Amino acid sequence: MTYPVVNKSLAFELGLLEEEYEKILSILGRTPTYTELGIYSVMWSEHCSYKNSILKIKTLPRSGGKLLVNAGEENAGLIDIGEGLAVAFKIESHNHPSAVEPYQGAATGVGGILRDIFTMGARPVAALNSLRFGKLNNERNKFLFRNVVKGIGDYGNCFGVPTISGEIYFEESYNDNPLVNAMAVGLVRHDKTATAKASGIGNPVFIVGSATGKDGIHGATFASEEISDSSESKRPSVQVGDPFTEKLLLEATLELINSEIVVGIQDMGAAGITCSTSEMSAKGDVGMKINLDEVPLRDSNMTAYEIMLSESQERMLVVIKKGQEDKAREIFEKWDLNCALIGEVTRDKNIKIFYKGKLEADVPARSLVLGGDAPVYQRESKVPDYIAETTTFDAEALLMPDNFNNVLSKLLSDPDIANKKWVYSQYDSQVMTNSIVLPGGDASVIRIKGSKKGVAMKVDCNSRYVYLNPYVGAMISVAESCRNVVCTGASPLGITNCLNFGNPYDPEVYYQFSEAVRGIGDACRKFNTPVTGGNVSFYNESQNFAILPTPVIGVIGLIDDVSKIVTSDFKQSGDYVILIGKQNSNEVGGSQYLKTIHDKITGKPPLIDLDFELNLHNTLLRLMSESLLNSCHDISDGGIAVALAECCITGENKTGCKIEMNFVHRDDFELFGETQSRVIASTSNAEKVIALCKENNLDAVCIGQTGGDRLIINEFISSSIADLAKSYFTSIGIIMD
Amino acid sequence: MSTAKVGIIVFPGSNCDADTYHVFNNIIGVDTKFIWHKSATLEDRNIVILPGGFSYGDYLRCGAIAKFSPIMSEIIRFAQKGGIVIGICNGFQVLCETGLLPGALIRNRMLKFICDLVTLKVENNKSIFTSYYEIKEEIKLPIAHGEGNYVCDSDTLSELIGNNQVLFTYTENPNGSTGNIAGLQNVSRNILGLMPHPERASESILGNTDGIRLLRCVAESVI
Repeated sequence: MTYPVVNKSLAFELGLLEEEYEKILSILGRTPTYTELGIYSVMWSEHCSYKNSILKIKTLPRSGGKLLVNAGEENAGLIDIGEGLAVAFKIESHNHPSAVEPYQGAATGVGGILRDIFTMGARPVAALNSLRFGKLNNERNKFLFRNVVKGIGDYGNCFGVPTISGEIYFEESYNDNPLVNAMAVGLVRHDKTATAKASGIGNPVFIVGSATGKDGIHGATFASEEISDSSESKRPSVQVGDPFTEKLLLEATLELINSEIVVGIQDMGAAGITCSTSEMSAKGDVGMKINLDEVPLRDSNMTAYEIMLSESQERMLVVIKKGQEDKAREIFEKWDLNCALIGEVTRDKNIKIFYKGKLEADVPARSLVLGGDAPVYQRESKVPDYIAETTTFDAEALLMPDNFNNVLSKLLSDPDIANKKWVYSQYDSQVMTNSIVLPGGDASVIRIKGSKKGVAMKVDCNSRYVYLNPYVGAMISVAESCRNVVCTGASPLGITNCLNFGNPYDPEVYYQFSEAVRGIGDACRKFNTPVTGGNVSFYNESQNFAILPTPVIGVIGLIDDVSKIVTSDFKQSGDYVILIGKQNSNEVGGSQYLKTIHDKITGKPPLIDLDFELNLHNTLLRLMSESLLNSCHDISDGGIAVALAECCITGENKTGCKIEMNFVHRDDFELFGETQSRVIASTSNAEKVIALCKENNLDAVCIGQTGGDRLIINEFISSSIADLAKSYFTSIGIIMD
Repeated sequence: MSTAKVGIIVFPGSNCDADTYHVFNNIIGVDTKFIWHKSATLEDRNIVILPGGFSYGDYLRCGAIAKFSPIMSEIIRFAQKGGIVIGICNGFQVLCETGLLPGALIRNRMLKFICDLVTLKVENNKSIFTSYYEIKEEIKLPIAHGEGNYVCDSDTLSELIGNNQVLFTYTENPNGSTGNIAGLQNVSRNILGLMPHPERASESILGNTDGIRLLRCVAESVI
């Protein structure tokens, strides 16, 4: 096969800009070979280089706290949880593949993030996901939803990791461009972690796991452009997942790392061999000489270009200590996996690729990577036009509903709020026997065998708020996800983020992005939850408009004593119901109420006072450490009415409650408004709870008592628990089955 | 004092092996070992567990490839001599594939994977697996499977019922199983296959201890 002639127009075809092509010419001092051009085009794609985002990302707090490695240094973030243990975790997007091939796109998203965790030496102990689809009123969206869920389930279930938490929203803006963000969490002993750095001149380089095929070529480039009519033709760019091989790769990799013969290891995700060889070399300030003839192939008829750019799944690049080659082979043979010596670490800092006796590529490793010569851009930013309109929205002009019971029922059955059992019953949430708070509550919790500790986790983002005010909305994403883990009794330790936005070359999108990053940074600094890493996904656009900006936050919290865990549902009759935090709500901008009942996404999102929020977290944690709360539930989408309904109906012993509150604003705003920094708690000792809150300058008011089989709020709401449960638990199943 | 020596078979793709090990070794406290599928011997084990998971990825058909693993001929020999064998979930599927238990497990009626907590009725408590339960007792165990729909012909079903081989039935059939069967034993009463996961319901921290009685019962049946 002959390669095309390398010139500027070929570079454009591969997604490079003119200035980028010029830069390649000057780095190499010559015209690149076709393989080299392919290598630069994927490494300098948005997906691999973060070229339009890195300047902003660097403003985030990326060290400190309990972080053991700084963000971006390794395959995933690593947080100390004491007793010599650490949690590795990360979130990543697989949006574009899932848009054209939802089953494999979602499955390989899960596979990729799991590999990021176990290349750290950590055994994955939990998986989470954050999903966005268009509304479920058309068959295409149902198809995408059904198959994404099946893809996530089939991969995680077979691999054997509990998929334990998630969030899903349905908005028109995700019609052509669903979001599939997968997060994984692993556990590792401090002294058993592995690094992604290559070192030791002459050390052998192995490729292990699956053979390399023609799947996923240019997947990284595909992820760096908008979805369009021609995207369907990119289906071959989507990789195919094999969870069984991944499970074997997990066991073999951990065995390899534990045998202490690994120098460095990195998984092959985007840009396959290209990305792993160049990033590992650049991190270690070395080079690599790679012989592609030794790479196990699925198709013997592959060119060097294809082998270098293949994104075949379930592969790793490993640098082994010299002299230990046989030990490595022995381990992979036991697990019936390939383990091929393909090269060695060199002093000259270049990636040299040989194939069939020919030097196919010879490029400086550093020139390819983020932090090296990969391009970095500051894009133009402009306040979006729509904000002038949304901020002047007059909520007082809204028509007052005549029946609040109907409003509550509609909100509970809206797929955004409704229980997601249709989804999570397709995920094995209990394998590994560590899951102690299962999907369906605020955050999920796993215990750590052999310790009293537990890890709470949650993903969260209200993209309507971010759309209406990117800075405030992003702060709320952090605050709410942290509040969710706090509601279980866990202290938030760190976050990972997946920043899903439209085309960064659109100044309005870039404004959304930069403001959101500023909001995340400010919130994380306040809560002392550094950003341990994550992923940026641009170019998420439906045919006529960008998606709602969706910076998804994944948070990890630590519980010192799992016997003190608190869940969100009311436990028994006769408990006092306490509203802790902000007592009244006048904020309906961006709310679920506005969307579901009035069909509007407008207004100003709720305000967030980070100091107030932090005090709420600390006070709740103190209440829980003294075992004063029987339940604790965050008030968010749908306001206090929905939160109270959830407290009544999500437990094993469904319990009603009678609430008397002092409303100072419009009744619908008080019931369904989404003012931040408030939770519903239940307790047998109201006085002590209120006193302790007062001591911390936090408002807490007893608003009623649990009991009976109805939810009653003043004279406005009186619904039977059975009816509320029916609205909440059956609506997604009715749409989908 | 139990002299149980539990062997947990590890196939490539087993993923409940460590969970089952944890319960036998750390909770019940009996001698427990993993046995690699390429092993030629069951060593000194007197209870063999085929754990849940996706042996060989379940790519051809659940359990279809596992039955050709080197260890399987040893397990068949062991079972035929009266050795105690339990297949949980994927292990149940393997036992049906090898013919150690009658019938087969096919796709769930709704064609979806189901992870849920189900209620089972103990149909027979005069077995080495169920004697710690009351007859007709209702217990709760987690299920997690895509292919747990037990099928057999009507003659086999009559035999299973007539021989008191059905140990557990679902009170609300989640997957379409014939006769609501969730777990059954062989005619000789030394082999158990069940779809629910007792090892996931063996510690109070997990909110459910209905499963440990089964595993403890088996462990203590060996004297």
